[in-house]
Amino acid sequence: MTMIRPAIRTGEHFFNGDVACAEGAIASGCRFFAGYPITPATEIAEAMSARMPEVDGIFIQMEDEIASMNAILGASCAGVKSMTATSGPGFSLMMENFGLGIMMEIPAVLVNIQRGGPSTGLPTITGQQDMMQARWGSHGDYEVIALSPCSPQEMFDFTIKAFNLSEKYRLPVLVMADEIVGHMMEKVIIPEKKDIHLISRKKPAVAPEEYLMYQPEADHVPPMANAGDGYKVITTGLTHDEKGYPAMNAEAHEKLIKRLCDKIIKNRSDIIEYEERYIDDAEIVVITYGIPARSTLRAVKDARNAGIKAGMLRLITVWPFYEEKVFELAGKTHALIVPEINNGQIVREVERSARGKTKVIPIRKFAEMHTPQEIFKVIKEVSK
Amino acid sequence: MIHSEVHPMDSLIRKDRMPHIWCSGCGLGTNFTCYLEALKKSGIPLDKCVIVSGIGCAGRAPGYTNIDSYHTTHGRAIPFATGLKLANPELSVTIFSGDGDLFAIGGNHFIHAARRNIDINIICINNFNYGMTGGQFGSTTPLGSKTTTSPYGNYEHPFNLVYVAAASGAVYVARWTTIHVRRLASSIEEALLKKGFTFIEIISPCPTNFGRRNKLGEGLDELKYYRNHSIIKHFIDPKEADLTLNGEIIVGKFVDIDKPTFLDNQPDLSQKQDNKVTKT
Amino acid sequence: MKNIQIKIGGFGGQGIVLAGYILGKAASIHDKKNATLTQSYGPESRGGSCSAQLIIGNDEIDYPKVSQPDILLIMSQEAYDKFTPELTKGGILLYDEDLAKPTNNFGKTTRVHSIPATRYAEEIGKKVVANIIMLGFFTAISGLISPDAMKKSIRSSTPSGFEELNVKAFDRGYESGLTKTNQKK
Repeated sequence: MTMIRPAIRTGEHFFNGDVACAEGAIASGCRFFAGYPITPATEIAEAMSARMPEVDGIFIQMEDEIASMNAILGASCAGVKSMTATSGPGFSLMMENFGLGIMMEIPAVLVNIQRGGPSTGLPTITGQQDMMQARWGSHGDYEVIALSPCSPQEMFDFTIKAFNLSEKYRLPVLVMADEIVGHMMEKVIIPEKKDIHLISRKKPAVAPEEYLMYQPEADHVPPMANAGDGYKVITTGLTHDEKGYPAMNAEAHEKLIKRLCDKIIKNRSDIIEYEERYIDDAEIVVITYGIPARSTLRAVKDARNAGIKAGMLRLITVWPFYEEKVFELAGKTHALIVPEINNGQIVREVERSARGKTKVIPIRKFAEMHTPQEIFKVIKEVSK
Repeated sequence: MIHSEVHPMDSLIRKDRMPHIWCSGCGLGTNFTCYLEALKKSGIPLDKCVIVSGIGCAGRAPGYTNIDSYHTTHGRAIPFATGLKLANPELSVTIFSGDGDLFAIGGNHFIHAARRNIDINIICINNFNYGMTGGQFGSTTPLGSKTTTSPYGNYEHPFNLVYVAAASGAVYVARWTTIHVRRLASSIEEALLKKGFTFIEIISPCPTNFGRRNKLGEGLDELKYYRNHSIIKHFIDPKEADLTLNGEIIVGKFVDIDKPTFLDNQPDLSQKQDNKVTKT
Repeated sequence: MKNIQIKIGGFGGQGIVLAGYILGKAASIHDKKNATLTQSYGPESRGGSCSAQLIIGNDEIDYPKVSQPDILLIMSQEAYDKFTPELTKGGILLYDEDLAKPTNNFGKTTRVHSIPATRYAEEIGKKVVANIIMLGFFTAISGLISPDAMKKSIRSSTPSGFEELNVKAFDRGYESGLTKTNQKK
């Protein structure tokens, strides 16, 4: 008889990032996964297909990524934490209904194991080319939350973080990983259940007759009734008022869009996380996220050994972008260096935030991660 | 005028959302009432009933229904409803949407949900065109029909929806027209109580767009046409139930079978540990 | 222990990545070191060139890719030709002598050992355990990982019913490694 594994596999494991992500989801209480096979995210679907029946959850392989995104939104509306995982082409297909999740304010997690694009691009090879799509990929004005892990352990930890943020702020949260993190294997420590902090969506505190679907509380987030709870939910992708009724006018639209943005913007200090290394006296700072952070750390250590005052700011939360921090660093450094596995995306945000106070230097790389030497070389040149 | 009279459907609609957006002569009001009637008669606790739609004239029905209602994006009602149903099997989930939404942009979802036998109910209002955008041809528009994007007559062959549904694996397939109010309501009730993927097509007038351009007269004229040209043929092969612009309309129940649903077929892992579905 | 870079090369279907997985898991879970496994492969499931790259040691592993391998485990001529020029001076080269023929000379400090791993695997009864024989050979010669850790990792990573066969394969390679390097059992 096959051993049924518990929901939380407390202990040490040698996992790849994709599997760690699946385990993080399950540890978060995710009991619904809808997906479509796509390299290099397929291992997440495979892991979920094996694990969901073990924990009384549902795994469904949908007909495409459009369906996958909608299915997780539906499942979340029924009160079950839900996730999908994909890569570039599938991410593009999900974008319209990622917007539906933003508009209807539905918690869910969308994982993108990035590969090279556009189009079919490089299915088996890495990239960070969807970072701007993560921010602006669906139509309309809105704010997003996107986390960027750089190890299998972080795939586990950040998936939990993503679920917590999605439940707290009522929106689909993005985990923007890449092929290297998805496929690399390392030790993943899964804590005991009591040490995993989980957040669940706010439920209405009033009777159904008094409940308004989109009446926000002080934190700009409205409590959420699930289907079947007796609250006669009414929701639509149309611009709507506090009741959830369609409201086709400028005033209602402005009010809704501003609140959808404010619930992220005004809670930035709660949402944004980052890591600083050797930053206090740094004259040159490398701003990084995701897998290049690991080359960056090596390069910064090498620079310190060579007597160069270099430091690293790693963005854990890429969106919302931590512009105040970048502006602050811009005021006290010779240069900000931004290595990315793309043609320069987040570097635009760095430039915008630096407001001309320092040099901003991109290190563009395609389809492979930067070597530490490549980053060190730029640090050294700048230090001269 | 007596204003105190209570309409029998009042408890099922969101009165503060009236008047609805539907044109005079449109079949949607009648079709919607048949759905509400069936909902009431089915005896399913209303707190467990959910209505989902995509985009279009028919897609506005959930917003008028006083139960849990989800008005999603164009074509995507079925996968959204799939998530709702699988996450909470206690829910009775019905999709009320149009032919363009369910079979053109959403066609792929339809065939796959039917194939999987997801336990949801589809009510498809077929008015042969995209009414909300002003009357373009779609995947059900009869050959030769005039619409704003087929000014010389539609040169595409249409789907026979009941045939598509049956071939895709639906366990219950029926077609009625807007005039068949009693049969339609009892058919919807039957579908609501049936386990598995059910499909009901309602042939419905769109006098403002489709009817006007194809000289079908007012809404009432279309209903008269349905009355005079409908033939009830239960359990015939749905392949034989093609529709044409000026031909007969075969209606009736074509499929009523039983087979395991997606949830029935879930793997049964013995010696389960205590990891029940976590509701949040 | 300083971080060591290891590359395992062959073709798809030989269990190259599985060998890397077993080694990485033995090091990180059972021997309590740090280990990172990355891989590269073509679109084909069988026959294409394939490699597993490992970094193992007690230090924090930042850059996860192998830049210059200290140890090579080679199971095809293509991998031999491609990877041996990258080998660190004073490194270790281990190869399956029936699948690759030496095409270059190494400096005196490089330790080069060969084993007919695939042939031994056929003798044991399953050609697919050649990768495990290579791991046994590696364990004996490198001394980096404890044989106990390797065996634990093998038992938990191979299909049920085949654990003993795989442990036997490991022992075969391990003994051969001890003999080659004149170590006592």
